[in-house]
Amino acid sequence: MPKFRQTSEILKLMSNKEDIRDIGIIAHIDHGKTTMTDSLLAEAGLLSPKIAGEARALDYLEEEQKRGITIKTANISLLHEMGDKSYVINLIDTPGHVDFTGKVTRALRAIDGAVVVVDAVEEVMVQTETVTRQALAERVKPVLFINKVDRLIRELKLSSDEVQKKLLRIIRDFNNLIEIYGEPEFKSKWKVDAAKGTVAFGSALHKWGFTLDVAQKKGIKFSDIVETYKKEQWEELPKTLPIHAAILDMVVKHHPNPIEAQKYRVPKIWKSDIDSEIGQAMLNCRDDGPTVMCITLAQLDPHAGLVATGRLFSGTVSEGDQVYLVSARKDYRVQQVSMYMGAFREVVGSIGAGNISALLGLDLARAGETLVDIAHRDVMVPFESIKYVSEPVVTIAIEPKHPRELPRLVDAMHRLAIEDPNLVTTINKETGEYLLSGMGELHLEIACKFLKDFTSGTLEIITSKPIVVYRESVSGKGVLAMAKSPNKHNKFWIQVEPLEEKVIEMIEKGDISEIMNRKQMGAILHKEAGWKADEARKVLALEVHRNMLIDATKGVQYMGEVKSTVISGFTWGAESGPLAGEPMRGVKVRLLDVKLHEDPVHRGPAQIMPATRRGLYGSFLTAQPVILEPIYKIGVTVPEQWVGDVSSIITRKRGRIISSEQKGPLTLIKGYIPVAETFGLAADLRSATSGHAFWQTQFDHWEKTPESIASTVIEEIRKRRGLSGDIPRPSKFIDEA
Amino acid sequence: MPRELVFVGLGLYNEKDLSLRALETIRKANTVFAELYTSLMPAFHISKLEKLSKKNIILVSRRDLEEEAGQKILDSAKNGITVLLVPGDPLIATTHVDLRIRAEKQGIKTRIIHGASIISAVIGLSGLQNYKYGRSVTVPFTDESSTVETPYRVIKENKRLGLHTLCFLDIKAEEKRYMTIRHGLKALLSMEKTKRKRVVTLGTLAVGVARAGSDNSTVKADYVAGLMNYDFGPPPHSLVFPGRLHFVEAEALVTLAEAPESVKEMVK
Repeated sequence: MPKFRQTSEILKLMSNKEDIRDIGIIAHIDHGKTTMTDSLLAEAGLLSPKIAGEARALDYLEEEQKRGITIKTANISLLHEMGDKSYVINLIDTPGHVDFTGKVTRALRAIDGAVVVVDAVEEVMVQTETVTRQALAERVKPVLFINKVDRLIRELKLSSDEVQKKLLRIIRDFNNLIEIYGEPEFKSKWKVDAAKGTVAFGSALHKWGFTLDVAQKKGIKFSDIVETYKKEQWEELPKTLPIHAAILDMVVKHHPNPIEAQKYRVPKIWKSDIDSEIGQAMLNCRDDGPTVMCITLAQLDPHAGLVATGRLFSGTVSEGDQVYLVSARKDYRVQQVSMYMGAFREVVGSIGAGNISALLGLDLARAGETLVDIAHRDVMVPFESIKYVSEPVVTIAIEPKHPRELPRLVDAMHRLAIEDPNLVTTINKETGEYLLSGMGELHLEIACKFLKDFTSGTLEIITSKPIVVYRESVSGKGVLAMAKSPNKHNKFWIQVEPLEEKVIEMIEKGDISEIMNRKQMGAILHKEAGWKADEARKVLALEVHRNMLIDATKGVQYMGEVKSTVISGFTWGAESGPLAGEPMRGVKVRLLDVKLHEDPVHRGPAQIMPATRRGLYGSFLTAQPVILEPIYKIGVTVPEQWVGDVSSIITRKRGRIISSEQKGPLTLIKGYIPVAETFGLAADLRSATSGHAFWQTQFDHWEKTPESIASTVIEEIRKRRGLSGDIPRPSKFIDEA
Repeated sequence: MPRELVFVGLGLYNEKDLSLRALETIRKANTVFAELYTSLMPAFHISKLEKLSKKNIILVSRRDLEEEAGQKILDSAKNGITVLLVPGDPLIATTHVDLRIRAEKQGIKTRIIHGASIISAVIGLSGLQNYKYGRSVTVPFTDESSTVETPYRVIKENKRLGLHTLCFLDIKAEEKRYMTIRHGLKALLSMEKTKRKRVVTLGTLAVGVARAGSDNSTVKADYVAGLMNYDFGPPPHSLVFPGRLHFVEAEALVTLAEAPESVKEMVK
């Protein structure tokens, strides 16, 4: 049963940091994360008397459903009693999917321990490997829960011996992951061991579970479980072996509290001076230090607005505090501070270091954001700077099954975009299609599942086949193109060239960004990239796909009045290049001269935007244009006997192998593969290796599409977009004086 | 076969503003195009003109004229007499001169048959002498990132020289949006808030003209505060910001445009 406690009592518990555990449950999809979370919440969820009162007549979970709150909240706080002590366990929601980009680490950043759930039937799978690797990279200590043991007995009809053999194999495989991915100083300490109680076995569905030490104490053997199932008496199991006790005991005993954890985690996850005031406060988890919070999830609540949940590494956050969001570069006043009671938010005045808290009033907070009190705004180094390394390279079109549901779809997509910063939602103005772009096929599948979840499954959607996103770029300098506005009374002189790799890198690292002061940007471009000082200062726009517009004009009358329209025209062109309507990338656009009509209506947006775009297109088409395709980095782990098969699949798909390393009994093959070749890769790898290959892909870089296929690629995109057959000639966009 | 492109002004109100010479030209033409996006003629119906001239008239949009149809008109002019009908006076406050240049460059003769212009109509109705007008300017709709910086500056510069300013008010014919006097004043007042040069304030004298050239035109001179609340009726609207007043101009404003008597005190 959920525990009823006064908020004040919980706050007292939370101030006792030795009794806090910040943990997450991570798993391959369908291995039972949700079922397990549900049973933990049902038995150990915390309720304030107020909520408990409202929930009186109903089962807790039913009440949740009635209120339309999904259990998928950012955080669930549990109360666990062990011996004569009470512990607060903050269970943070880690993304239900792997986005392969390392951004899953945002959720992992907030936790110190992870319960890795593995399906006893399917064993260690691709995502088990990925999430475990990412957890280890963040110095999150894993324990293992082997779920669905009932299926081994009831479905696979394994004997007690066979069950134990299979479980041992899972433990061995899991430890193998720790061996491969763990850091030297942790991997031997962190390997799981059934005898030490860092592995639990059970069935989340049937609500039972145990660790070997507990089972031994109670005198229960595997054969007893098998017998119980044979007699169809499994309902008895939760009474003697309740799952929440097994899991939470394991967590309390083997996962670190925030004070212990921050000592070794902060130096790993925060790349700045650990001896500074902030560094020391975080290292020691001090309530009286500067306020530093890492936001791990932003959710849009229909009533409360944006709810930002995160972990406080240092200081105390209180209602009314003036705080600063480092990436958003914005000051805010905290409107409300809440802690979680079960899955509900309970408003509290303030909350201290080491805890998980939900804050209201920070509209621009997104997952990955770093929050700091205003006094330290200028000295705070964020946990991560906003980088643009991950790019959505696969797109699907979504429409509601019933057209009248369109507004609901739009709302749900808006929410999706806020909650998963790796997704991009766009509307294709020509076709009216709603497009969703993400990291890969799987990422989009999961996103579609979320769309349904947001509407409690009532929104039916139709999705298109996934398509690859390309980029258009130039490999040389274009001509100085003059383009006139439609009314022929305004002239623009534009010239493009490739944007230096160095500058693209600076954009991707966040060294320069659109919101940056232009003088400051100019100084950086002059110093780091060798740009001429006068041009470096005159960056008009830095477009999202790494294209830059530079104002190289001198003394043009009315320039100030048309600047924003010129930028719109540039962005319009950069979003959709002349080769195939794909976004441009890495194009440096210089505006060299402009002649304008005297009257504002004859140099309005309808004139300036097309003229700017024409000039851009014209010069672009003379600058040896190329089409770029996205390339994944691929890692395949496979037993040695299939290494040859895997390699040949990758090479056949235009990929290349860069390394192959022996990792115990497995070989880890690393390489690159064009995203376009990866649809159907899963089936190929599975059949070639009889399901023994685990792999992951991750966007790595853009590469010039081989000339042999470039024109086919362009042709196909043009066809899909309904563009005329051939790439337009430059003369279509360049006017004569 | 004679080949030429004739720009014909339609005047300001309805098809009867067309001169007899214009009507004759239309009747003789091989092809007749019309653009109606540069101005609003309150009572003009293309079907009535078709009846009157017994000609089929091809309507072209801004997009058409500026992109493909410009060439279509020229091609037609290479094969016979082609007329382009334009509201008002065809080459005043439009950008059609480009088409005329292109025609001549391609060896096509061009000709203009003038129509009544909004400029002469508003200047006439206002009672202010045309010798004393400075640069005219359009007040654009400020959506899509345009600003009214230019009109503000033009009024300021004209005033400095003691000159009147004729302001055209933006029209978006495709969207059936026509700027009203109140809207134009509001935009200028908000620019005043940023610039603070006392160019257009609630106490500035201005003249509002509605439906110039029609049977029921309205002219009203007052301080901006008064004009904001004056009902000018349906569009099109225009605005004049007087500069230094000659005594006859002040008298005209009071007598013909219902200006407050105090205007006469502004004469220097």
